[in-house]
Amino acid sequence: MALLFSEAEWDFAALDRAYKAIEEIALGDLGLDVYPNQIEVISSEQMLDAYSSLGMPLMYNHWSFGKLFAREDTMYRAGYSALAYEIVINSSPCISYLLEENTMTMQALVMAHAAFGHNHFFKNNYLFRQWTNAEGILDYLAFAKKYIAACEERHGRDEVEAVLDAAHALMDQGVFRYRRPPKPSKERILEKRRRRAEYEQEAYSELWRTLPAGIEPPSSPPIIDPEDDFDGDMKLPEENILYFLEKHSPALKAWQRETLRIVRNLAQYFYPQRQTKVMNEGCATFVHHAIMHLMFDRGLISEGALLEFLHSHTSVVFQPEYNDRRYNGINPYALGFAMMSDIARIAREPTDEDREWFPAFAGSGDAFAVLRDAWANYRDESFVEQFLSPKVMRDLRLFALFDKAEDDVYKVGAIHNESGYRRLRTLLARQYDTGASDPNIQVTAADLKGDRTLTLEHRMHRGVPLHHATKQRVVEHIERLWGHNVVLEEVAD
Amino acid sequence: MTYFIDRRLNPKGKSLGNRQRFLRRARAQIREAVQKSLKDSAVADISKDRKIKISSKGTKEPRFRLDPRAAGERDFVLPGNREFVPGDEIKKPKSAEGGHGKEAADYAEGEDDFEFVMSQDEVLDIFFEDLELPNLVRTTLKETASKTWRRAGITTAGSPTQINLVRTMRNAQGRRLALKRPKLSELKALEEELDALERDDPQTEETRERIVALKAEIARVIAKRKWVGFIDPVDVRYNAFSEQPVPASQAVMFCLMDVSGSMGEREKDLAKRFYMLLHLFLKRRYERVDIVFIRHTHDAQEVDEQEFFYSRQSGGTIVSTALEKMLEIQKERYTTADWNIYAAQASDGYTQSGDARRCVEMLNGEIMPLCQYYAYIEILDEREMEVFASEDSGAELWRAYRTVAELWSNFATKRISKPADIFPVFRELFKKAEAG
Repeated sequence: MALLFSEAEWDFAALDRAYKAIEEIALGDLGLDVYPNQIEVISSEQMLDAYSSLGMPLMYNHWSFGKLFAREDTMYRAGYSALAYEIVINSSPCISYLLEENTMTMQALVMAHAAFGHNHFFKNNYLFRQWTNAEGILDYLAFAKKYIAACEERHGRDEVEAVLDAAHALMDQGVFRYRRPPKPSKERILEKRRRRAEYEQEAYSELWRTLPAGIEPPSSPPIIDPEDDFDGDMKLPEENILYFLEKHSPALKAWQRETLRIVRNLAQYFYPQRQTKVMNEGCATFVHHAIMHLMFDRGLISEGALLEFLHSHTSVVFQPEYNDRRYNGINPYALGFAMMSDIARIAREPTDEDREWFPAFAGSGDAFAVLRDAWANYRDESFVEQFLSPKVMRDLRLFALFDKAEDDVYKVGAIHNESGYRRLRTLLARQYDTGASDPNIQVTAADLKGDRTLTLEHRMHRGVPLHHATKQRVVEHIERLWGHNVVLEEVAD
Repeated sequence: MTYFIDRRLNPKGKSLGNRQRFLRRARAQIREAVQKSLKDSAVADISKDRKIKISSKGTKEPRFRLDPRAAGERDFVLPGNREFVPGDEIKKPKSAEGGHGKEAADYAEGEDDFEFVMSQDEVLDIFFEDLELPNLVRTTLKETASKTWRRAGITTAGSPTQINLVRTMRNAQGRRLALKRPKLSELKALEEELDALERDDPQTEETRERIVALKAEIARVIAKRKWVGFIDPVDVRYNAFSEQPVPASQAVMFCLMDVSGSMGEREKDLAKRFYMLLHLFLKRRYERVDIVFIRHTHDAQEVDEQEFFYSRQSGGTIVSTALEKMLEIQKERYTTADWNIYAAQASDGYTQSGDARRCVEMLNGEIMPLCQYYAYIEILDEREMEVFASEDSGAELWRAYRTVAELWSNFATKRISKPADIFPVFRELFKKAEAG
C-alpha cells in the first residue's frame, strides 16, 4: 500500500485520504458507530476563542468567558501552555476542530481521537444517550445567545450579569442526578386550566357590578389563595437548586427564570462529561492508538509518522507520581488508556489471575466487543469498580491514604497487593462518583406563609463541611435569586 | 459528502464582547493596576501593550466546595507508591495544617493574582478615564461644525438604501387586500381546472362553455394581477433623517516649553514627556481641541508637533517672550467668545532677572482673565527637590507664580523631579472635578 502522506505539511487532499483510511479502520476493524463527522480547521486564535466559551462553537456573552480567554491567551503567549490539539463537541453532526499548526501526523491522530474515539463514545454511552440531545444542542445555544443578548438590550447588562453570576455559582447544583424534571400530570394541567378559567370569570364579574340594578351578576366563584397553590406544588426536598428557584422563587421575573433555565440546561448537558472523564478520554486515546498502529501495520503511514505519533501519545498518557512536581491528580488519559489496554490484553492473552478476576471475558478473544460494551454501559465510577485489574493497580503503583482533618498524618490504607486490590479499587471508584464528591445540598423548606425564609440542607458525607468563605458567597447569590433570607444548614449524615 | 470546513478565514475576536464585559467587571482592580504599572514606565512606552496583574477580587466565581481540611475524614488514591505499606503514617504537608492561614485562604479562593495582557487602547482608556479639561464651558454656538443625523420619521421619497421594508410591505399588503388582487393560488386553481376540462375527451357543450368562461376569467385575473401590482411605487416608504447641528465646545491648548540652556537634557526630557502625555490625552479625549506648540529661549517661536518634541535648540531664557507669543496667537486666531483657552507651561524656574515680575504682570493682567485653566510645571533635579521641599520656597519664577496662584483659583503649579512624578502630577492637574 502507498503511504497516505509523506510530509509534515498537510493539505486538504491528504486530510481527505487520511480520513477515509481512518474511517475504514474505525468502522470496519474496530466496529465503531459514530455520528456524521464535520471537521473544521481553525487557527490558534479561534481555538482560544473556543476554549473560553466552554468549548462550544457559540455561547452567550458573560465576563467569566472573557476572563478565561484573557488567562488562556496570556498563558499561551508566554509559552506556559500549549493549545490542545483538538476540541470535539457532542453534537450531531459531531464537530471536531483541527488546529492549523498541527503536522499531518497530528491531524491524523486528532481525527482518529476526536472524530472517531470521542464521537463513538458520545453516540453510544448511556449517560449521553439519556441526558443530552446531540441533535438539538447547537440550535439551543443559538437560542440562548440570542435570548441573553435580547435581555441585555431590554434590561441592561448589569441586571443580566447579576442573574448569570448567581446562576453560574449554582451550576453544580443545577443538575438532576437521578430523575428527570417532573412533568405536570394530566390532572394537574386540567386543574390549572380550570383555575385559570375561574380566575378569568372572577375578573370579568367586576364588570357586572357596573350594570344598572335589576340585572343579576352571576354568582362569583370561590377565591383561590395563590400561595396555597404555590406551597403544595414544591415537592421538597429538591436537589436541583436552579430548577427550584426557576420554578418557585417569588422574586424572579419571567426573563430571569428563562435565564436560569438556560444555565441549568447547559449544566445538565455537561454533567455526563463530568461523570465520564476517564472513560471518554480513555476511549478516544485507545481508539487513536489502535487506529494509528493498524495504519502503520498496513503500510499507510511511515515509521517517522509512527514515531511522531508515539512521542505525542506517550506525553498524553504520562502519569507523574504523587511526589512529582508535575503531579496534578490522576491523569484521566493515563488511567483510561491503561485500563482499556489491559481489558484488551485480558481478552486476548489472559493470565490465571485475570481468569479469576474477570471470568466473564478473559480469553474471549474479541477485545473490541468487550470494550464497546464497557463504553456503552458504564460511567467512571462503575467502570473502575468493574474493570480495574490488579495489573493496572500494580503498574500505576496505586495506594490509598486515609485523611482525618484533626490528625497530623495521613494513614496508608490499601496498597497494590493481594489484600488491598479490592479495597483500593472501591476507593478509587468512589473518588470518581460525582454523587459523593459533589456536596449533597438540597432545598428542604420554603416558608412562604411566614417570612419567606428558604432553608437548604447540606448532608455532610463523613463529616466534611463546605468551605466557609465560598459558602457564604454562594448563599448570597441564592438570596439574590430568592429575594428573601436563605439559611444553609450543615447536618451530619 | 465532504467532511472538512476551513474556518481559518472566519472572523476572529469572537470573544471581544466577553473581554469588554470582563474589563468592565474588573474595572476597579484594573484601574489600580494600570496606574501602578504606568508609574514606573517611560511615557514613550505608554502606547504599548502591557501585562497587567490584578487581584482576583471582584472577578471571583464562587461555587459550593467541600473542605476536607476543616473537618471530617476522607480516603483518596494516589499513584506512584514506592515504599509504603498499609499502616504507615505520612506527615501532612505544611499547607494543610489547621486549614487556616494564608495558604489555606489561597486554596480556598482557588485563584491568586490574575495576570493578562491589555492592549494600549485599553490601557489609555483606563488611564484617561477620569481626567478632563477643567472648567470647559460652552462658548458661542456659531462655530458648530459637527452635525449629526437624527431620525425624522417616514417619508415617501428617499434613496433606495433607506427603504423601510416593514412599512413598505405593510402598505403593499393593505393595498392588495383593498383592491382585491387575485392570489397566485386562485390563478393556479383556475388554470388547473381549465387544464382538466380541456383534457376531457368528449367535450360537452357545458364543458366548452365553461372553458370559454374560464379563459375569460383567467385573462381577467392576469390583467388584474398586472394592474394591481405586488408592490406599487405608492407603497414605498423611506426612513427619513434630518441633519442637526451639535453644539460643540471648542478649546485650544497652548503648550509653552522652555528649551533654554539652563534646562539640561534631563529637564528637557521630562518636560517633553509631560507634553507627550498631554498631547495623547487631548488627542484621545477631545477630538476637536487645537494644540499650539510654543517653545522659547530668549525668543519664542510657534512650532509644529514634530519640531516641538524632537528638535534641539539652546540659548538664554526670557519666559515672558513665550507669554507674549501666546497672547499674539490667541488674539489672532482664538477669540475668547468662541474658544476655551488652556495653557500648560514647563520651565526649570530660572529666567532673566526681572523677567519673572513681567510674567506675573502679564498673567494677572491679560492672560488669566482669558484662560479657563493654566498649569505651570516646574522641572527640578532631585537635589533641588529636597532643598525646595516646601511649596513656599523655590526659584524666582516659582515664587512669583505662587502669588499668581493665590489670586486665581484656575492657576495650578506643580513640580516634577523624576519620571515617576509625571503620571501622578498629570492626574492631579486634570482630575475630574467633584460633582457640584
